[in-house]
Formats: sequence, C-alpha cells, structure tokens
Amino acid sequence: MHRRGVGAGAIAKKKLAEMSKQLETFKTHLEEFASKHKQEIRKNSQFRVQFQEMCATIGVDPLASGKGFWSEMLGVGDFYYELGVQIIEVCLALKHRNGGLITLDELHQRVLKGRGKFAQDVSQDDLVRAIKKLKAMGNGFGMIPVGGSYLVQSVPAELNMDHTVVLQLAEKKGYVTVSEIKESLKWETERAGHVLDHLLKEGLAWLDTQASGESQYWLPALFSELSSQDVTPEEANQMVP
Amino acid sequence: MDRFLWSSGLLEMNETLVIQQRGVRLYDGDEKAKLDVGVVLLSTHRLIWRDLKNHECCMAIPLSQIIFFEEQAAGIGKSAKIVIHLHPASPNKDPGPYQSSKFSYIKLSFKEHGQIEFYRRLSEEMTQKRWERTPVSQPIPTGTGSQAGRTRAVGIVGIERKLEEKRKEMDKNISEAFEDLSKLMEKAKEMVELSRSIASKIKEKQGDITEDETIRFKSYLLSMGIANPVTRETHGSGTHYHMQLARQLGDMLLAPLEERGGMMALTEVYCLVNRARGMELLSPEDLVNACKVFESLKLPLRLRVFDSGVMVVQLQSHSEEEMIASALDNVSEKGSLTSEEFAKLLGLSVLLAKERLLLAEKMGHLCRDDSVEGLRFYPNLF
Repeated sequence: MHRRGVGAGAIAKKKLAEMSKQLETFKTHLEEFASKHKQEIRKNSQFRVQFQEMCATIGVDPLASGKGFWSEMLGVGDFYYELGVQIIEVCLALKHRNGGLITLDELHQRVLKGRGKFAQDVSQDDLVRAIKKLKAMGNGFGMIPVGGSYLVQSVPAELNMDHTVVLQLAEKKGYVTVSEIKESLKWETERAGHVLDHLLKEGLAWLDTQASGESQYWLPALFSELSSQDVTPEEANQMVP
Repeated sequence: MDRFLWSSGLLEMNETLVIQQRGVRLYDGDEKAKLDVGVVLLSTHRLIWRDLKNHECCMAIPLSQIIFFEEQAAGIGKSAKIVIHLHPASPNKDPGPYQSSKFSYIKLSFKEHGQIEFYRRLSEEMTQKRWERTPVSQPIPTGTGSQAGRTRAVGIVGIERKLEEKRKEMDKNISEAFEDLSKLMEKAKEMVELSRSIASKIKEKQGDITEDETIRFKSYLLSMGIANPVTRETHGSGTHYHMQLARQLGDMLLAPLEERGGMMALTEVYCLVNRARGMELLSPEDLVNACKVFESLKLPLRLRVFDSGVMVVQLQSHSEEEMIASALDNVSEKGSLTSEEFAKLLGLSVLLAKERLLLAEKMGHLCRDDSVEGLRFYPNLF
C-alpha cells in the first residue's frame, strides 16, 4: 500500500511552511537592523567588509539579487550594482588605450573621480567585490595579481600563466624587453616572442622600436603618466608598427 | 605678532598664574620672531612671554584675543608647537614688539617640551574664561569686537567639543552596529541551515514537491541570497521575479537592439537598464537569470554565449545565417576587414564585431590573417 502524507515529500512541505514563517521573522529583524544601521553600511567601508565577510562565512550572498532582503532593506545592492556600472563604463572608455587591462589603483581613482565629491567613498575592497559580481555576465572580467595589487581585465582576451608572469615582470617599469624575460624567467627567445606577440595582438602592449638598445614592449595599463595625455584610438593604432 | 603689547609681566589683582614654561620661542606666523628663547606664562587673563636673559623684554596678549589654538606635532629637528590664531588687533592698541604683521597667528615652540601640559591648561582657561568673571583693577585690553569675538571663540571651542562628542558617539555606534550585525548573522545562519535541510528533502523525494512549491522555495533562497542547493532546474533558473524581469527587458530592449545591429553585450545591457532604473537596480545575476527565460516565455530575445565567453542579448529576428551572410558581403566588398573596421561600418562595438567575424570564420565563410598588425578577415576562397 502506498503511504501518503508520510515521507520526505510531506516533511519538505512542512519545512517550507516553516521557512516561510521564519523568513517573515527574519525580515523584521533585518528591518530593525536597517533602521538603526543602514547609514553605517553606506558610509563605513570597514563595516561593509565585516558585513560581507560575515555573510560569506554563513553562506549568504547579499549581492546575489536586487530582490534579496539585504539589497532591498539595507541598500547594499544598489551600492555595488551602481559601482558595477561605473566600473564597466571606465573600462570601456579606456579600452582603446590599454586594451582592456587596467590597474586597480587607476580604476579606483577614475571611479572616484566619476562619482563626484558628494558621493560616498568607495574602497578598493568595494571595487573587488563589485568586479566579482560582474563576472556573472561573461565578458572576461577578471583580476590578475601583479606587484602587490591587481590588474583588472575587462575583455575576454585569453591570458594564461605565461602572459600573467610577463605582466608581473613588466610591472616595475611599465615595459619589458625580450632579454629581460629571458634573464628573469629563463625562457627561450621563441617563448618570450610568442607571449609578447599575443599581448601586442590583444592590444595590451605597444612596441617601441626606437628605444635605445633593444625594443621595448610597453604596457599602457601599467603606467598612468599617459593619463594626462589622452591617446585617441587612431593614435593608438599607429603606435603598433 | 602684532597683537602683543609690551607688559611689565606683573600680574594684576585677581589675575592668577596658571602655568609657566621655559624654553619657548615665539613665531610670527610661520617665521621665527626676532626674539630669543624665553619663558611663556599663562594666567587666567593673559598669555605672557618674557625673554630669559633680558627680563625687561616682556609682552602679553589677552586671552580674549585668542580665536582658537591647535597642536602641531614635533618633527625631525623641530620642536612641538602650539599654534594660536588671534583676532585682529584693535587700531588703538598699545605698542608692542611688532607694529604690523602679515600673519594672524603665532606659534609657541616648546624647545624644552612642556607643550602637553601647557595645551591642557590653555584649553581649560579658554573654556572657563575666568577673565570674564574676575574684573581686574587695570582693565586689560580685549580684542576688537570683543563681544562678537567672545561668541565666536565660544562657537569654535564649542564646535570642537561637539566634534569630540560626535567622534565618541560614532565609536559607540559602530561597536553597537557590529554587535547587532553579529546577532543578525546568527539568525541568518539558522535560515541557511533550514534551507539546506529542505533542499536535501527535495532531492530525496523529488516527485512529492509541486512545481509551484519549488518555485516558492527558489524565491525564498533568492530573498536570503542563498545559493540554490538543488541543482535540478525547472524552467531555467526562473522565479516569478525573473520572469517578470524578462518581460520588462523584452519591452525595454527592442529599440536599443535594433539600433545596435540586433545584438548587445550583456554588460552593455546591464549599464543601460540600471542607468534607466536609477534605483532598485538589478544585480548581474538577476540579469543573467532573466535572460535565460526569454525562450521559455517566447519573447523575441535570446541570451547567447560565444566561444570566447562573451554573453550577448540578441534579437530573435536576426537570424544567424543572415548575420553571417551580411558579414561575408561586407568583407568581400572591402576585400578584407579588421574587427575595428567592421565595427565602424555597422555601428557595433568592436567586441561584438569581432564575435560576428569569428562566427563567420567558424562557419567557413571567412579566413583570417593573424599578425602583430592585427587580425584581418578575408573571404574564404578555399
């Protein structure tokens, strides 16, 4: 005989009802918390870090959806989603120059500038979290550790370990030469050439053949002096022979 | 330094000495005064300075002339200082060491330390303002606009006090906030555990839970921001919220898509939609999940993922074959095209132009010439 009403299905139904009730209770607690501390989250980046880490520890993603309680009641969502928009826009605006690679520092500076002086302060931690969320939309948003900070990648250019390591090598001076790669990384010329060619093709590196001595491969992402003289896409194209 | 008056340095009746400190040099603004190191004395009414060697050289400023003062930390080779900002001198003021000065502040440089205690005592005197209450036989000249000066001084010291209180209040608020946050997280944790036990029950007996209930469960998870532990999907990842969103997007994106050749990168859509909304923004995941249900809702849009990982929304009406055929036409007409050139031609973003060319190449209609000068596509004559 088939027993009904007993078994995992029924228990699940009961638990669902229980969850629904508990959700309402939780919502109330969250509302109370929000009424007292909503400002704290918006104004205090340290508090945001704590908040995010605690959420992560218990297995909750407060930024998963704009429809989530966290977003609706604490306003964390809008803060990060708007930041996401600003990050995308900055990366897009600079792509013709740096090929879709930008230091976290420069991104931070430009986002702050774009937000104006009356906007809330955003920290680099905030940027990192917003970028992590952007990954969901494809398009190759990623972060490459370089020289104690990060390079933010906003294009789907494939960058493997070899490319990354050359980027890290170039970080100190903003450029790198084949000899430097061979010496530091102990590669053969062909491997170095391969990697540099790829970076050139992807628009991440520019070739300076007029440098004294050896040709230099410059990474516009790594030097911000350029930010004072803006290079147009046409000029950028001309720099690669 | 032009606020100082020559003085005998003798205290008046009812004027009391509060503290004195040796080894103090005076500064006129940022410049050293043409005086030697001396002694500074603080009384209930005045700030007095006397040259150590030459006792005749003695000068004073009434405390009422002080607007506000602040500490300047010591540096390498530099003594700690107290910077004192002063009201302008009254035009009929008695003579002093300086006739005029371009600065409205002086500094006391504590070459033999003592600045901490002096600062503390000065703060006390400036707060208590005993000179107002204890008249002295010889009226001590006060600063110009003394009435206004007094209220201004009160204002500034008052503001400083308020700032300090606010700072303390903020610290208290933050620790309270952290405490409340911890309690909140405890409750959230219970919700997570409950959802996990429900998920495992659902997995066990999949048949006994209705479609509707599964959707309900998903929306609970969405509210809490808990990842869906049940990997089995019903229609896409949709909750009612996502379906509603998908319909809104269906309306909103038709015109922009037409303008952009029928295709937009998802990041572009994200910016467009959120800028339009202004608030109650969509999360990236909301957008992706909404796009995933386009097909099941029979909307004329599709989410598409290219090999490179680029995600786009494209108009259903723009068929693949049409796009590839027109790409081939364009390339043939021009002989060859790079992504940038193609993008310019069609008014597409370079990213999407490249994807289209790659697609045409994949289908065998185009072939590439890949060099350091760039990636160029030619009609495939093979």
